[in-house]
Amino acid sequence: MPYIVIDSERCKGCYFCVKYCPRNVIRESTMHNKTGYFPAEFIHEQEDRCTGCKTCAIMCPDTAIEVFK
Amino acid sequence: MNRIFQRPASLLDRPTHFCPGCTHGIAHRLIAEAIDELGIRERTIGIPGVGCCVFLYHYFPIDVLEAPHGRAPACATGMKRAQPDKIIFAYQGDGDMAAIGTSEVIHAANRGENVTVFYINNSVYGMTGGQMAPTTLLGQQTTTSPYGRDFKSEGYPIRMAEMLATLEGVCYSTRVALHTPRHVNQARKAVIKALEMQNAEMGFSVVEMLSTCNTNWRVTPLEAIDMIENEMIPYYPLGVFKERTGKDFL
Ligand SMILES: Cc1ncc(C[n+]2csc(CCOP(=O)(O)OP(=O)(O)O)c2C)c(N)n1
Ligand code: SF4
Ligand code: SF4
Repeated sequence: MPYIVIDSERCKGCYFCVKYCPRNVIRESTMHNKTGYFPAEFIHEQEDRCTGCKTCAIMCPDTAIEVFK
Repeated sequence: MNRIFQRPASLLDRPTHFCPGCTHGIAHRLIAEAIDELGIRERTIGIPGVGCCVFLYHYFPIDVLEAPHGRAPACATGMKRAQPDKIIFAYQGDGDMAAIGTSEVIHAANRGENVTVFYINNSVYGMTGGQMAPTTLLGQQTTTSPYGRDFKSEGYPIRMAEMLATLEGVCYSTRVALHTPRHVNQARKAVIKALEMQNAEMGFSVVEMLSTCNTNWRVTPLEAIDMIENEMIPYYPLGVFKERTGKDFL
């Protein structure tokens, strides 16, 4: 099953990935990281919906997303 | 399970200093991916302009020369002439390239220097706090055009990709945007093509990238994406303005 890993310390919470994920499996976290940003998080309850299309990773300005398939 | 997307080897694993949602980060990654794909890391030298791109040396495991504001194409000229086997790219903002460095880029392009310029058009001077640039859109409010840019006193936004395309020494001039996955994929191809054309010694190549500066536009990153689509692209059309197909020494 494809999945993504978001480096929550590297993420700055721009939410480009949330906007562009065609399967809506990324959301804003309610916990902030050490820098104070609320990072994006993979919705693990729905992880089987991820297709590994890499759209989120392509849009991440901080290269905080890795995609596995 | 394979890792199908990861940081390119030519982009060091360091947090960037860019604002959240600044597409300078995407531009950096695209250039690093192109360097990896073409296998040119050992012979590539980067020259950032002055602006938010100035820490380029901090992110790329390549040699980097810091040029004075706007002078990157002039420095690139000298470096390429001294070491023609190197791949030389300048990376300039719109304040850097289209304001203080207009002369350098025009003459480097007109001489057909065999270098590549990646030009980040975010319509403001980002690093210094969002002052008006030659690229600022009509009506756009900045710290130095608080009532909106007015063509009667400030003139019109300058379209560099089209202007440079008129020069004989230019082999490739294109404008891309970095605000949607589709556009980023197009930009990726343009970056690779520009470096390939330099490798084939075809002349001066320039890739203009419409980029966000949400901090100085005073909007959120997601609103900045809409501004590129709805405000920048109508004035700065995307496309290839010039592409030579063969070596052409006119
Ligand atoms: C000779 C000189 N003049 C002025 C400055 C101040 N300065 C630093 S960055 C900058 C503007 C950069 O804007 P831009 O090229 O659009 O890049 P951005 O920060 O938007 O990416 C200016 C005017 C300088 N460093 N050197
Ligand atoms: S695109 Fe990157 S930096 Fe932006 S919210 Fe997603 S993971 Fe974070
Ligand atoms: S000031 Fe603008 S150009 Fe500079 S890092 Fe922030 S968003 Fe990017």
